[in-house]
Amino acid sequence: MEAEASGAVERARSGDHDAFRLLVEQHGRAIFRLAYRMTGNEEDAEDVVQETFLKAYRQIDRFDARSSFSTWLHRIASNCSLDVIRKRKTRERKRERGPDPAQDVLVSIPAVTPGPDRELFSGQISDSVNAALGELSAQERTAFVLRHFEGLSIEEIGATLGTGTNATKHSIFRAVQKLRRSLEPLVSTVR
Amino acid sequence: MNHIDMNHINMDHINEDQLVLFYYGESTESAAIEKHLSGCEHCRSELRSLQLVLNTVDSAQVPERPAEYGQDVWKQIEPRLAAPRRPLLRQWWIWAPVMAALLIAAFLAGRFWQRGDASVVAKNRNNQQIRERILLVAVGDHLERSQMVLAELDNAPEGAPDGKARLDISDERRMAEDLLDDNRLYRQTARTTGDNSMASVLDDLERVLLEIAHSPSEISSQQLNDLRQQIESRGLLFKVRVLGTEARGSGTHGLENLPALEKDKKSKKL
Repeated sequence: MEAEASGAVERARSGDHDAFRLLVEQHGRAIFRLAYRMTGNEEDAEDVVQETFLKAYRQIDRFDARSSFSTWLHRIASNCSLDVIRKRKTRERKRERGPDPAQDVLVSIPAVTPGPDRELFSGQISDSVNAALGELSAQERTAFVLRHFEGLSIEEIGATLGTGTNATKHSIFRAVQKLRRSLEPLVSTVR
Repeated sequence: MNHIDMNHINMDHINEDQLVLFYYGESTESAAIEKHLSGCEHCRSELRSLQLVLNTVDSAQVPERPAEYGQDVWKQIEPRLAAPRRPLLRQWWIWAPVMAALLIAAFLAGRFWQRGDASVVAKNRNNQQIRERILLVAVGDHLERSQMVLAELDNAPEGAPDGKARLDISDERRMAEDLLDDNRLYRQTARTTGDNSMASVLDDLERVLLEIAHSPSEISSQQLNDLRQQIESRGLLFKVRVLGTEARGSGTHGLENLPALEKDKKSKKL
């Protein structure tokens, strides 16, 4: 990374405020993308981004300069996202469950796709995927996003989340099973 | 290879978990799976179906953020950042108690050793004023750091209403522990020198710092609210902010211009 190459990480570790600003500017968008995929909504993702950089700032002296700053930051963001999802799930459990949003979206997608509405359909697929991801538990979603979108190995994910390799593997397996259950009826219409 | 019945077909096939690991390139049996796939239409179809779903997941859109997004984030977090962190031995909390003890020792020593002829007394008085000002600056810094801890907790995000969600306050707890030693020293000095208003605020601050330092690393929403009530009910955050600003202002004023100290007969008492 540019900021890492220019020594911004090292300067930030020595307490250089401006160097840390460079790191925020450089990694902000990537952390937002990760946070959005983890939490599934913009407001929570924005909170995660801020919380991630605040934590990184406070803990930067614990960062091992031999490792990748980006990976370290993603690790913090993953854990912040996990906290946010867990809190949200707890809140949601308290509420009376309404109609299943994932099912609603899936039902609303026409079985035969009209040609001119390709863009609309693509938006609907996106909504369906987000709804399906929303059905995963916090642990499943975090593990899946880190494996699928961030390309971390199962072992790395286990270390990041402190869950160990086996539990991580099973979280990913369960996530894929649930996604297949939710999305296969949808993708079969476009096959 | 694990032979598991898939889709209720009693045949030896690759199970879904194995296909998932294969898809992500994490299978330890890739060669065996590839060999099996080349001769098994059922498993090839399963893999295609898995690929289709996972490729569809990739199509989920993420709202774009503009190129200057990082700058916006910085503007939002900058006011919430504490003083820049430094490597271990340069961190303030390592040295702050030692510095506080030395400052107070110097301050008290000067106060009790003002004896001798007139010129020595005048010189000592001058030195004493300098010590008082340096001490005020140190107290101002201490109050500013305390203010950051209080503000951090006061502005912490709300947890779940059922109180089950946990908030990690390990950083604030550690800072409160470090601040406690200084606070005791400053409070005792304020009492000794008769600055009762400062002593009273430091007294209130000490109680809240103790509460934070003795809290678990992760607290519930209810515990967070209790802490907030303590901070807010005494108007502590406001008092600490005002006193900190005053102390720093009085301490730094004139330090750069030592002759002016002689004229300043109403130096703020700590």
